[in-house]
Amino acid sequence: MSCNTWSVYGHDFPGPDDGPADGLLEQVEAAEVALRAAADRGRPGVADGPAADTDPQHYFTALIEADQKIEPRDWMPDAYRKTLIRQIAQHAHSEIIGMQPEGNWISRAPSLGRKAILLAKVQDEAGHGLYLYAAAETLGVTRDELVELLLTGRQKYSSIFNYPTLGWADVGAIGWLVDGAAIVNQVPLCRCSYGPYARAMIRVCKEESFHQRQGYEILHRLASGTPAQRAMAQDAVDRWWYPSLAMFGPPDTDSTHSQQSMAWKIKRFSNDDLRQRFVDMCVQQAGVLDLRLPDPDLRWNEQRQAYDYTQPDYAELMRVISGDGPCNRQRIDHRRRAHADGSWVREAAAAYTAKRQREDRPAVAA
Amino acid sequence: MDHLLGLADDALVAAQRLGEWVAAAPELEEDVALANIALDQLGAARLLLTYAGELEGAGRDEDALAYLRDDREFRNALLVELPNGDFAVTMAKLLFVSAYQLPLYTALTGCTDERLAAIAGKARKEVAYHLDHASLWTVRLGDGTEESHRRMQAAVDEIWPYTHELFTPDPAAPVDPAGLRDAFLAAVEPVLATATLDRPADGWAPSGGRSGLHTEHLSYLLAEMQVLHRAHPGARW
Repeated sequence: MSCNTWSVYGHDFPGPDDGPADGLLEQVEAAEVALRAAADRGRPGVADGPAADTDPQHYFTALIEADQKIEPRDWMPDAYRKTLIRQIAQHAHSEIIGMQPEGNWISRAPSLGRKAILLAKVQDEAGHGLYLYAAAETLGVTRDELVELLLTGRQKYSSIFNYPTLGWADVGAIGWLVDGAAIVNQVPLCRCSYGPYARAMIRVCKEESFHQRQGYEILHRLASGTPAQRAMAQDAVDRWWYPSLAMFGPPDTDSTHSQQSMAWKIKRFSNDDLRQRFVDMCVQQAGVLDLRLPDPDLRWNEQRQAYDYTQPDYAELMRVISGDGPCNRQRIDHRRRAHADGSWVREAAAAYTAKRQREDRPAVAA
Repeated sequence: MDHLLGLADDALVAAQRLGEWVAAAPELEEDVALANIALDQLGAARLLLTYAGELEGAGRDEDALAYLRDDREFRNALLVELPNGDFAVTMAKLLFVSAYQLPLYTALTGCTDERLAAIAGKARKEVAYHLDHASLWTVRLGDGTEESHRRMQAAVDEIWPYTHELFTPDPAAPVDPAGLRDAFLAAVEPVLATATLDRPADGWAPSGGRSGLHTEHLSYLLAEMQVLHRAHPGARW
């Protein structure tokens, strides 16, 4: 389902600039190599037959220490299972809700080339949602249950998608900043200890890095265009910068799940470490775009070898996460309406398949 | 050039309507499928518009033709500009338009215009998939529940009159659409029968799209599609 991206990408981009996310893409490829190498090494104890006589907790810990992947059939602590279900499901929900702010501009994209790229991107997001729901299902929940948790507000999605897309440049800013933040967050997940999630992340990150380049390219074009286009680009960056920084979650001092997730090798870096990495990456790229990041205190710190920056407003983040951002109601209402309006279609498909089974005749493929 | 614009505008307007489904489909798989079909139609529209612009020789590229013509200059059939309605209406429109495009593109692959034949060759493969997708859904909805049967029959009844315009004779075109109606019926009638749906009687046959006389829906669609492009004359995107 990524094929469209590759084909539209093919004739729309200049060659020489390799784009901002290339270092990250190398890390994704390295994670993929490591995944194969771990599989080739074999799991501890497997050569002598299944480790049936060992304590499952010990075996679980040994697998994680050996950088082997936990697979659906393996024993795992309940809390590990629950944390992963929560995290993967919320990741999947974010892909699905994230289709709305960008989908908002498909009908108005200012050229047919841009329209094609945007359609392909939103299609990829639906595909990512599908991989991620499938990964969550390996942990013993169903997609229907997870969708229900989303629609009833018991599971969250990324805070960023509660902000409105007010101009075309927002599509570029989402690609550059939001997808950029997502990649910085997700690249370490390519080495996550749970196999199905790590493998999904490898696929997702590769496609996301294309999206990020496309977003960057949109902004680049606008920033070097007419004065009105340039103003549009700067306005979008001004509005998306802090919400993107907030995507990394609360500061380390307030993060509830971090320590255990690090020990289990689900998470590999702290929120603040990843946020810093993202800031450092963006400053360089904003320079190339010749756009200003809206932080007067942003400056290079020679001692830390990193940029100092103003933290996002975490009180605002908490308000948005708890449902009071600009578009929370609209986004979830839209999802509920699509689900409710489609119920007769899903019922028809189920009834049709059931009839064919009763008649013992093959149904048309679902 | 009018027949080329007819083909291109059918694809472009169909893509615009399908794009409206994104993030609103009955299930995720269908979001992927409808976006995919929209992309195929948009891809064909771009190739056809580019070619039409070159033949015209007035320096208009795909974007000039898509964004800077008014509704009276669009040449799409009325069928593709009709609102999406419910999922059954969308599937009826897709079934009929792809059952028309498939024999049309197939015939065009053999035409003497090599550029057009090549475009048709690419589009034909995609449209075969669209026809398959719409056929499967027509059958599932027609032979699903009572409600889905009722909705699918209503959709077919509503859209059927607009299929006649697709076969308006055009002897100047490389393939005269008048000759394609038998192939269209041969594709559509068995699907309706399998779906336990009645094939509507022929009667009212609204037309005008090919000469730029559209329904009231098209200028709204174009207002939305063109708004940004028109607000920044000469800008590159």
